[in-house]
Amino acid sequence: MSGLFKSSIGRKVAMALSAIFLMIFLLQHFAINILSVFSADRFNDVSHFMGTNFFVQFLLQPVLIFGVVFHFVMGFMLEIRNRNARTISYAKNNGSANTTWMSRNMIWSGLAILAFIVLHFIDFWIPEINTKYIQGDVSGLLPDGNFRYFEELQHKFENPIRVGAYVVAFVFLALHLLHGFASTFQSMGAGSMRRAKLQAFGKAYAIIIPLGFIFIALFHYFNH
Amino acid sequence: MNLTLKIWRQKDAKSKGKMVSYQVNDISEHMSFLEMMDVLNEQLINEGQEPIAFDHDCREGICGMCSMYINGEAHGPDRGVTTCQLHMRSFKDGDTITIEPFRAKAFPVIKDLVVDRSAFERIQQAGGFISVNTSGNTQDANAIPISKHAADEAMDSATCIGCGACVASCKNASAMLFVGAKVSQYALLPQGQIEATDRVKNMVAQMDLEGFGNCTNTGACEVECPKGISLENIARMNRELMKANL
Amino acid sequence: MSLNSKIPQGPIKDKWTNYKNSINLVNPANKRSLDIIVVGTGLAGGSAAATLAELGYNVKAFCYQDSPRRAHSIAAQGGINAAKNYQGDGDSIYRLFYDTVKGGDYRSREANVYRLAEVSANIIDQCVAQGVPFARDYGGLLDNRSFGGVLVSRTFYAKGQTGQQLLLGAYSAMNRQIARGKIEMHNRHEMLDVVKIDGKARGIIARNLVTGEIERHSAHAVVIASGGYGNVYFLSTNAMGSNATAAWKVHKKGAYFANPCYTQIHPTCIPRSGDYQSKLTLMSESLRNDGRIWVPKNIEDVKAIREGKLKPVDIPEENRDYYLERRYPAFGNLVPRDVASRAAKERCDAGYGVNATGEAVFLDFKSAIERYGNEQAKIHNIKNPSKAKITELGAAVIKEKYGNLFQMYEKIVDQDPYKTPMMIYPATHYTMGGLWVDYNLMTTVPGLYCIGEANFSDHGANRLGASALMQGLADGYFVLPYTIGDYLSNDIRTGKIPTDTPEFDEAEKEVKERINFFINNNGSHSVDHFHKRLGKVMWDKVGMARNAKGLTEAMAEIKAIREEFWKDVKVPGTANEMNPELEKAGRVADFLELGELFAKDALMRNESCGGHFREESVELEGEQKGEAKRNDKDFAFVAAWEYKGEPADAVLHKEELKFENIELKQRSYK
Repeated sequence: MSGLFKSSIGRKVAMALSAIFLMIFLLQHFAINILSVFSADRFNDVSHFMGTNFFVQFLLQPVLIFGVVFHFVMGFMLEIRNRNARTISYAKNNGSANTTWMSRNMIWSGLAILAFIVLHFIDFWIPEINTKYIQGDVSGLLPDGNFRYFEELQHKFENPIRVGAYVVAFVFLALHLLHGFASTFQSMGAGSMRRAKLQAFGKAYAIIIPLGFIFIALFHYFNH
Repeated sequence: MNLTLKIWRQKDAKSKGKMVSYQVNDISEHMSFLEMMDVLNEQLINEGQEPIAFDHDCREGICGMCSMYINGEAHGPDRGVTTCQLHMRSFKDGDTITIEPFRAKAFPVIKDLVVDRSAFERIQQAGGFISVNTSGNTQDANAIPISKHAADEAMDSATCIGCGACVASCKNASAMLFVGAKVSQYALLPQGQIEATDRVKNMVAQMDLEGFGNCTNTGACEVECPKGISLENIARMNRELMKANL
Repeated sequence: MSLNSKIPQGPIKDKWTNYKNSINLVNPANKRSLDIIVVGTGLAGGSAAATLAELGYNVKAFCYQDSPRRAHSIAAQGGINAAKNYQGDGDSIYRLFYDTVKGGDYRSREANVYRLAEVSANIIDQCVAQGVPFARDYGGLLDNRSFGGVLVSRTFYAKGQTGQQLLLGAYSAMNRQIARGKIEMHNRHEMLDVVKIDGKARGIIARNLVTGEIERHSAHAVVIASGGYGNVYFLSTNAMGSNATAAWKVHKKGAYFANPCYTQIHPTCIPRSGDYQSKLTLMSESLRNDGRIWVPKNIEDVKAIREGKLKPVDIPEENRDYYLERRYPAFGNLVPRDVASRAAKERCDAGYGVNATGEAVFLDFKSAIERYGNEQAKIHNIKNPSKAKITELGAAVIKEKYGNLFQMYEKIVDQDPYKTPMMIYPATHYTMGGLWVDYNLMTTVPGLYCIGEANFSDHGANRLGASALMQGLADGYFVLPYTIGDYLSNDIRTGKIPTDTPEFDEAEKEVKERINFFINNNGSHSVDHFHKRLGKVMWDKVGMARNAKGLTEAMAEIKAIREEFWKDVKVPGTANEMNPELEKAGRVADFLELGELFAKDALMRNESCGGHFREESVELEGEQKGEAKRNDKDFAFVAAWEYKGEPADAVLHKEELKFENIELKQRSYK
């Protein structure tokens, strides 16, 4: 088993496993966020649960952080190995003749997503950690006694620059997923029988989820 | 037609190389690409220059020897063909054609457009065989029936000509299509099952040792493969390796 | 030296078994101290290297390509014969033996052919065990097709790439031995001479084609498996690098060269399109099962077609000359390769060639498309189908059968063979002649063996389809490993052969001198210039039809080209680097000698047999008038030539052929 992850294919599989985990997380994140469009209360309830549940906070959250870091570190390692595999590059290379832009530029879409995650952490995660674990306020309440989550969300999306950054980031996420989803299953050895359907599903996922996130950001921008 | 050729010239493995421009005139559209190169070489010899070294042998697309990167694609712009099967009718009068060797750290240039593909040999030696004695004293050929479907699929994998276009086209210079095809051929046949575990482990380990890049599933290899070897072979190799390790 | 073919005594069916039971063996411990050099890694050399290594010998294998997998065996399309009788259609070892001897026009050695037929079944077992993906039927058993006009289905195949799959099988066996350290593989090396010590072959001089270094390699025996010499014609279906240098060098060191004039010209190749042409591409002869061969009846139509004023499809039926059907009503378009080739040449020589070079005939699928279309319409119950519908249905059947060939044709010629007839012309494809070997596959030099296409042994004057692969693998897997042991059993006390001996010094000196000569010659013409001229003489005068006048002229002309070559050849670059022009120069120098011997042999053999057609030797009367006439009284022998300095001075040695198990008959296709 340890031998597997030393090999190139093992690393691909590891990359794919972390990707599957992140895609499931993304779906869950989206499911909660979309609640904010329909009902502030439901959104607050679920957010409070997620923010204060021991299992989520102290088991899932570290795993998630590990998953994100792992996916990025592995991605960089792969990229370095792959760049080293061709020391002299072609004078003329017609990549678009045989590959998609998305598949060739996973590292760039990935970096864009990384930049977004940094922004996202600054926006939400760091204030959360600060409020809960440094200031010790785990009530989740505003001074007026209402839950703070929805308010904070709306507040963040007042700034058009931030909204614009979110939109751009999610476009990159879509590009990343457009190759990444099918690629994940190919790496896991999914057979061609399932691939046509998987590809279609992957395309749908890669477009609908980021579009949904963009919709949420714009919704709050226009409705605050 | 008249053409400008920009060709990689490199004296030997140690020397630095560079792109050099040449002019060829009166090229017939019925010529094969390599016949056009013959014309250029004849011209260079007559001018007292050194002709361009390039690998070629059967000139009918099966030996896998020819290996040029033409206008940014392995074996040029046509699909399902090797360089020797590419014809000049794929180009227009006045075109500039860029011709480079297959590039990968694991395929060092020997001279001009000739590269060293012995990394492929070592991968095959690591496990690309079935350990059966060649005495002929084996069981009758029909003793183990093999479904037509499996035999045909194994044949599709086995049509790989080992040219290295997959490596050359891959942005990561990955050899997974080549290795996957060989692993698949044996994985699909009952005769290959006995050593399947060691085979895939050893071949992948050797592939990694040779310095090929990792697969990121861009699919360039499948598109540029002159024999149409499918990505499914890589997926199957991945499955085989996971199976072998679990 | 008289020729001793060393055929074992006894009835033909017991010869090989008795032989195996009576030869000397080498014990496993002693095999470890014996070295064998194998030159060439195609089906014969690859399988021999793998098997000898597996037996325990130390094998050094050499090939000029960058991998053994690239040997030209890889290009064989059709299949491999084996007397398995899986189809239950009456096949047997005897029948395969009989077909091979008859197909070879009674110019092969019975005992060798019988052995070949005997071991053929083993080949299939062996290859399946190695993972060769032969075609199978829906029941999971091996499929067969019929091939080359024989009456049974005994040909095993892997799509249209049988040679590739068999070669990759042998290559995988080699790889296993390379990994075990039993084969020392020398890729990109070319053998440039053999080294004889005390009359025995003890090593070779080889050039490292990457660095230019001249290397000495010693061994207790040397095996030549370097393929045929079809490239003497410049244009052939051989690979660009296919050459006769190894075979020719050992000939010059004492190995007799047998039947050089037996050459197979394959009728269904894609015609030459211009002077720049570098090689010819073969299309499987299975095309003749459905294609009809014709040229226009009227010379005006021919001219109009050449000038592009008329399309072949516009010529009405009554103005077409289906010359094979006209001349050979019984076999029609399915006459054997040599007959079909000569008939095409006859029409083109008469001025009816249909492309710009005047060397092409049509192969037309229109009738087949219509026939299949009508059949399909009936099967699918289509009443009064339109012409377009019939064509569509018929084309689909043709596509199913020959799709890959049609696609290949279209890629090369840029014409759609579904819509307009293909153009074909014969091309040199295989050489039955080669180094003379005895029953042990040993040449006239002790310790020097020759296997595969490089030897002369099994196909007589004409090879049957799907038999080349069979012979290569039979020699390498199942014959040589026995026979070489018998010889090496006398060498177990010899010890390692040193390479610092005068014999190696001398051989290396000669090789280096020749290389330096080429590099320093500073002539005015490239190697290809001379090779093309040689090819033209060979094709025009020693090609499909030969006569005494032409052959005499050819000998003189080849000699003249050779002399000019040595004066005026230009080889750029240096000796100590990768230098493809230098490689070619050495090969063409040898072809220029071989070509002359070829013509001499053809001149001597004043009969028509198999691939060798002498215009002087034809039936003068009766139904067979104008057809090839074999002369068994005067020419039932193998012509083995001994080198005496100049090809023209070569001395003929005859091995009389005795036919004890087969009655000699005339081939008739009328």
